[in-house]
Amino acid sequence: MSVLAHIFEAAGIATVVLSSVREVAQRVAPPRVLHCEFPLGRPLGIPNDVEFQMDVLSRAFALLKEPSGPVLVDHPVVIETDEQPVSCAIPPRFDASLPPCVDEARGMRRAYNRALDHRGVTSVGRCITADEVPNALAVLHAIAKGQDWTTVEIPGGNVMALCHDIRTYYEEAALELIDGPAPGGRAMENWFFEVTEAGKTVLNARAAMKESGAKFPVWFYMAPGNR
Amino acid sequence: MNGDQMMRAHSATLPAPQFDNPAWVTPAALADARVAIVTSAALYAVGDEAFTSGDTGYRFIDRDRRDLVLGHWSPNFDQMGVKMDLNVVYPIDRLEELAGQGIIGSVAPRHVSFAGNQPDDVSTIRLDTGPSAAARLRQDGVDVVILTPV
Repeated sequence: MSVLAHIFEAAGIATVVLSSVREVAQRVAPPRVLHCEFPLGRPLGIPNDVEFQMDVLSRAFALLKEPSGPVLVDHPVVIETDEQPVSCAIPPRFDASLPPCVDEARGMRRAYNRALDHRGVTSVGRCITADEVPNALAVLHAIAKGQDWTTVEIPGGNVMALCHDIRTYYEEAALELIDGPAPGGRAMENWFFEVTEAGKTVLNARAAMKESGAKFPVWFYMAPGNR
Repeated sequence: MNGDQMMRAHSATLPAPQFDNPAWVTPAALADARVAIVTSAALYAVGDEAFTSGDTGYRFIDRDRRDLVLGHWSPNFDQMGVKMDLNVVYPIDRLEELAGQGIIGSVAPRHVSFAGNQPDDVSTIRLDTGPSAAARLRQDGVDVVILTPV
């Protein structure tokens, strides 16, 4: 963003960056920066909080009155990431003949469908559809149990995109299963990887692929780097 | 170290492009300015071209579109905030409200989305796609952009 600010400014457009990494903004030094120490992925801070978002924009636009720069101002509020997994119901076991993750994914389908109806859009579909999620998890389950990942057909052909679609299917479904205020920055990720069978399966398949010599970019980006 | 702390620490070690003699634009009064959003969230409208891994291009988002797909390839940031409220990344409704209140002059007819996970040297964005997007926003009469990172 800081690089783009220099480019847009050179084209004659005044810029304000909402930065998320202060050191980068300092070093690249675009003309005007409001540094926002908020959860990554939430540059305006708090979902569904109009007043807070307007406060961020107001402070950002105020920098346009500065006579010279570069200028970097910190937003006074720091929002810590929420490490507590979101409280979200998991469907009960239904078909004990299936791997738990496959059974679970099937059970999440109604919630996913409701989310799609409500939102009208889904980010599942990078390489597989929602229909293919249970089978995709069956493949990852097999890999986690020791099947050679180089000999199985990866649904969608791209394991990184596949893991994105599985996680997105769960997280969008979870939007229909939680109440109360919006979960914090890492609450949904922590729920997926630490509570759901699908998340555990992704991590176990990832570990198995790493152990069996998969190249770093193949396994690493199946999950966040700190896992 | 949690995920955000890890990503912030990692990002701080990446090479930082230097800009000699950086440009500085003194904008029109905000109440007269046309404002656009430029985000690196890899958002794109349904039906538009998806972002590929390592995509150095950009997509326009028309002002009235809200059916946006999150096309970011990195697993290392929260993806739910934007799904609960688009405005936490792409504050289009806030801009419309500010224009309605006369605080900004107008909302640009289209906005710009890049993918935040880029090659470390960001050379294509710096030399090609970035200037292209900027020129086209300038043609739209845009005076001010607010840049929102993901």
